[in-house]
Amino acid sequence: MNLIFFILATLTIVGTAAAMSLRSAIHCILALTIGLVGLAALYLLLGAQFVGFTQILVYVGAVAILAVFAIMMTQGASAPTQPILSSSWLTGVSVAVAVFAVLAWAIHASASTQTAQPQPEVSVNQIGAALMHRFGLPLEIMGLLLTAALIGAVILAMPEKKETL
Amino acid sequence: MTPDTIDQIFVISKHLLLGYLPSSLQPVVSAILSVVPVLVVFPLLFAITTVLERKGLGRIQNRYGPNRVGPFGFSQPIADGIKSLTKEDIIPRNADQVVHFLAPLLLVLAAFLAYAVLPIGRNMVITNLNAGVLFFFAIGSMVELAVFMAGWSSRSKYSLLGAMRAVAQMISYEIPLVLASIVIIMVSGSLSTVDIVNLQAGYTSIWPHWFVFTPWGFAGFLLFMVAATAESNRSPFDLPEGESEIIAGYYIEYSGFKFALFFLGEYLGMFATSGLAITLFLGGWAAPFSFLTWIPSYFWFFAKLLVLIAVFIWIRGTFPRLRMDQLMNLAWKFMLPMSLLNIVTAGVWHFMPAGIVRWLVCIALLVAPCLLLSRLLKQGKKLQVRTYRFAE
Repeated sequence: MNLIFFILATLTIVGTAAAMSLRSAIHCILALTIGLVGLAALYLLLGAQFVGFTQILVYVGAVAILAVFAIMMTQGASAPTQPILSSSWLTGVSVAVAVFAVLAWAIHASASTQTAQPQPEVSVNQIGAALMHRFGLPLEIMGLLLTAALIGAVILAMPEKKETL
Repeated sequence: MTPDTIDQIFVISKHLLLGYLPSSLQPVVSAILSVVPVLVVFPLLFAITTVLERKGLGRIQNRYGPNRVGPFGFSQPIADGIKSLTKEDIIPRNADQVVHFLAPLLLVLAAFLAYAVLPIGRNMVITNLNAGVLFFFAIGSMVELAVFMAGWSSRSKYSLLGAMRAVAQMISYEIPLVLASIVIIMVSGSLSTVDIVNLQAGYTSIWPHWFVFTPWGFAGFLLFMVAATAESNRSPFDLPEGESEIIAGYYIEYSGFKFALFFLGEYLGMFATSGLAITLFLGGWAAPFSFLTWIPSYFWFFAKLLVLIAVFIWIRGTFPRLRMDQLMNLAWKFMLPMSLLNIVTAGVWHFMPAGIVRWLVCIALLVAPCLLLSRLLKQGKKLQVRTYRFAE
């Protein structure tokens, strides 16, 4: 179990590190996709089947494709000419280390890591039932948000009416 | 040899073989023994399908198909395989080497992974995941990324255009595909493909319990098949890869074995989606009538798969290709509302008491909006009756 975890963690870290350091933007997105697949595999290792497969379905199937389309339509095929590391890399690294420290302290000090709790067996049935009963209002609000996004996308893509003289 | 033994012959022989091994090796060998038959059978089915398709299309178009190579041309796949293996592998100088190499690999990987949750026979599934159908759709979404990678890395106008069209088509038709299967998930209460097939394996007198024999199941099956045709870029939805439109679309810069891999991946995707349609709607490995259950379950799965392949070939030879805007309009303006209505109909079916009223209400709920929607969508266009003149 530990070996698999280390392999997947290495894959995720290498993928996301490559996403930050490659030259071409499309290569960065593809490396990020590898990192996301690694994350999905980690979810599956923890036994969360629904979240793992939904991660692949949503992130790899929709978000990555959205990102490549966006990059393709805005930047084109030209290779970037600026260097990879920006001039303020020290500030960036220190902010990242600070955020990591806060998150690690918060996870370490939380209740579920202090006392050993049994791993809950959550099936898709329970997730569905919780979404429909307990989290019904958030579900409807999410639907509203997605509808607004859809309408916004259609408005952006609609051809403009030409003024007739 | 009782019918049950013949039905379970592969399971029994696998357990026998595993019994001879030490228990440390057993999981690995069990996995290998489950996976290798899929890796062997489905590419063989791909080879047979290529020749069946060419001969079938030829007959539909009033000509012979290939008839030189073997008996009636049935060794054509061997000749095709040798040709594609020995062709020179040309990579454009401007192409993105790594991505160009990885795109066909990702496509074939995703296509093979999808077979892991299809129950080929009774107790014959590679892995019985609790979220099997979700796994299938997640893997299907990796295919779109592979198509985009292929089109982008070739650095060619035609391939990029073809890739964008193909990805737009695939993401548009993924929604009716998933919504049509949500009806089945709703009714069976489980995402596991094995559970869905087991629910359809009963009989009332001689009639089977397949989901396709209900109004919502039939509409769902039709929606699923149309969306599956579009997802695998098959005619009449093959604008991104049509020969006369865009030369070969996103795999225009691939030659030799990589082209064969794309071809293989596309057909394997078609088989996998047909397999899912069989699992969800057509009862999986269950026999059509209760007096036919002595025939083994894997025979019925492949028989249904061959019927669906024949329907795909038939549709390819019959319908003209859809233009891009017609294709997108069909997905978003017709199939999406119909699949949402299908979900409502399935809910109505579930809550009404059994009887003829339930059938009439559900059929009316599906047919009336279908007719109204198609009339509405036809209004802005001037369509005349087409007259055909055949060459004599």
